[in-house]
Amino acid sequence: MTNSKTLKSLFKRYRRPGDIVFAWFCLICSVFLLSQIYDQTAYKAGAKLFAQSRFWPAVSLCLMAGFAVLHLLGSAFSQRIEGRWREVWLWVSSLEYAGWFMAYACAVPYAGYLPTTILFAVLLALRAGYRSAKMLLAAAGSALFTVLLFKTLLKVNLPSGLIYEQLPDGLRQFMLTYF
Amino acid sequence: MENILAGAEMLARWDVIVALLIGSIGGVIIGAIPGVGPAVAIAILLPATFGLDPIVGLTMLLGIYGSSMYGGAIPAVLINTPGTAVNALTSYDGYPMTKNGEAHRAVSLSYSASFFGGIFGIVCLILLSPVLAIVAPMFGSREIFLAALLGIILVVLAHRGQIMAAGMLAMFGVFLQTIGLDAVTYTQRYTFSQSFLSSGINLIVVVLGLFALSQAFFLLTAPDSSPDAKPVTGKLGVGFKELMKHKRVATVASSFGVILGMIPGTGEFTAQFMSYTYAQKTSKEPEMFGKGSPEGLIASEAANNAVPAAAMIPLLALGIPGEALTAMMLSVFYVHNVIPGPQLFQNNIDLVYGLYFSLIALNVIVMIFLLFSTNLLTKIIRIPTRFLGVMILILSFVGVYSLRNSLTDVIISAVFGVFGLVLKRLNLPIVPIILGMVLGGIMETKLRSALPRLKSPMDMIDRPIAFIIFVLILLVIGLHIRTLVKEYRAYQPDEDHDLHDTQSR
Repeated sequence: MTNSKTLKSLFKRYRRPGDIVFAWFCLICSVFLLSQIYDQTAYKAGAKLFAQSRFWPAVSLCLMAGFAVLHLLGSAFSQRIEGRWREVWLWVSSLEYAGWFMAYACAVPYAGYLPTTILFAVLLALRAGYRSAKMLLAAAGSALFTVLLFKTLLKVNLPSGLIYEQLPDGLRQFMLTYF
Repeated sequence: MENILAGAEMLARWDVIVALLIGSIGGVIIGAIPGVGPAVAIAILLPATFGLDPIVGLTMLLGIYGSSMYGGAIPAVLINTPGTAVNALTSYDGYPMTKNGEAHRAVSLSYSASFFGGIFGIVCLILLSPVLAIVAPMFGSREIFLAALLGIILVVLAHRGQIMAAGMLAMFGVFLQTIGLDAVTYTQRYTFSQSFLSSGINLIVVVLGLFALSQAFFLLTAPDSSPDAKPVTGKLGVGFKELMKHKRVATVASSFGVILGMIPGTGEFTAQFMSYTYAQKTSKEPEMFGKGSPEGLIASEAANNAVPAAAMIPLLALGIPGEALTAMMLSVFYVHNVIPGPQLFQNNIDLVYGLYFSLIALNVIVMIFLLFSTNLLTKIIRIPTRFLGVMILILSFVGVYSLRNSLTDVIISAVFGVFGLVLKRLNLPIVPIILGMVLGGIMETKLRSALPRLKSPMDMIDRPIAFIIFVLILLVIGLHIRTLVKEYRAYQPDEDHDLHDTQSR
């Protein structure tokens, strides 16, 4: 990092590989959305233009497509940076963690917030490359702390697990309420 | 006077005090950890605060907002890695001081300057309140529409060097808020016959995806690292004495912070840069800047800490957020049916004063906390980055799912999480999307409510304040074009740097 001398250099963006792929993606999306404007929005004859339901989607999508074209041109005329597809692969690989997150959310209403959170934290810590007992314990401890803070103390609106229904009477109510 | 007392009384509640302590101390810790940042914390905590009283929830979020930059200065000074994006300039002079064996002096000076800037900002806010109470009611639908339009233009233009991308993302934000059932015409917009889209895309879900989940994905897909900060020895209160020798720089920097904090879309970055440039130009030792100048450090920290208080001005007086954090806070107001804007100063002035006092209290709490626990924070900084990613993912679930126990929200936020990761990897800004959503919604509503009184387009600017804002819009665009032409003529070779990096936000 070097010191900036002008406002221009302060706000200069440090371009990264994969910029043009993103630029194309944005342009295609905005053009597709714009092409759907007649199907997806209504126009009421006789009403003022600014009051039309279609007005703001049309304005935003037209400008978005316009900016996307200019952004794409900017990327196309810039020097190519090596590693474009490696970068795109990294974006795709982040879908794995999105999958982990969704699996966690799906499991909580069945397996219970406390057990799922501890299991998820330990498994994800393993996936992230941690193997030492210290780090795995830290993951389990942090998960327990999160449950105690949000579900037990702050009573945040989170589902109790169906699994708790199998517990004996006294314990069942306790687990359903606090964990 | 009774309003001021009522405001003070609001703080004398145990739940508000606890929220203030959690918010301010939590904010310092979050700010000190590179890779988390106040936006992630506020996004996660936002739904949890909906069940609390407005003053309690807002105090906690304000605590995080106002105190994170104090914490962010610690890694900026000690390991040359800003804790929050807006501490970037602090590392210019702070880290060279650490390398020269003056870590204690640098940390102490940055705390003092932060405290000065923070209190200066709040004093300005309190002094401006009577003026705001008079001016705010002059803002009708037209004026608020034009102010929101000015806000969007400024947000886009503030991202110099990436204006096209910022414009595209801001318009994407405006588009996002149009999805769903139009509440006035009762027609569907871009729902593609999917029932889950009829209620629209929730701002909190988008915020959680773009800020929190994307950060988790970012940390988990990057190599693991554990920053190593050495402990600081010596009394940390001594910085105040040195700060007093540079009163002028601290005052001017804080003033830049206040002025630019009030203008939507500009904020800490521009304030820091302008005050740093001012300090360097007026210094007796300009050659020391970037090599460990105390004036540079003061200029940077005083400016960024004066911003949070000033950023409350457009939010409270007009209901217009200037950046992502105040946009998130706006949703807390709405959830509690407290509508920020001109009426707030007439109907809920005690709440406004309560927020002012909580801002003062948080600065004092943070300062006391830091004087005794800086070395503890240097240990917290060492949390490995991938472990942080795991924790952010677990905490994000609380935020997303507690909103309405919807799996659809989880999927939408995960999609925005991946989108946010791409933006962060490409060094593109996230803030324009959020401000586009919030300001786009304001513009649509206000333009519609202004329509019955408009006979011709010129009626839009026939009132003094509307006309002034319109002139400001023209001025901003004109000045931008002028700057572009000037910079084109005085061509300079590009400097490679990643200062305007959105990764640490």
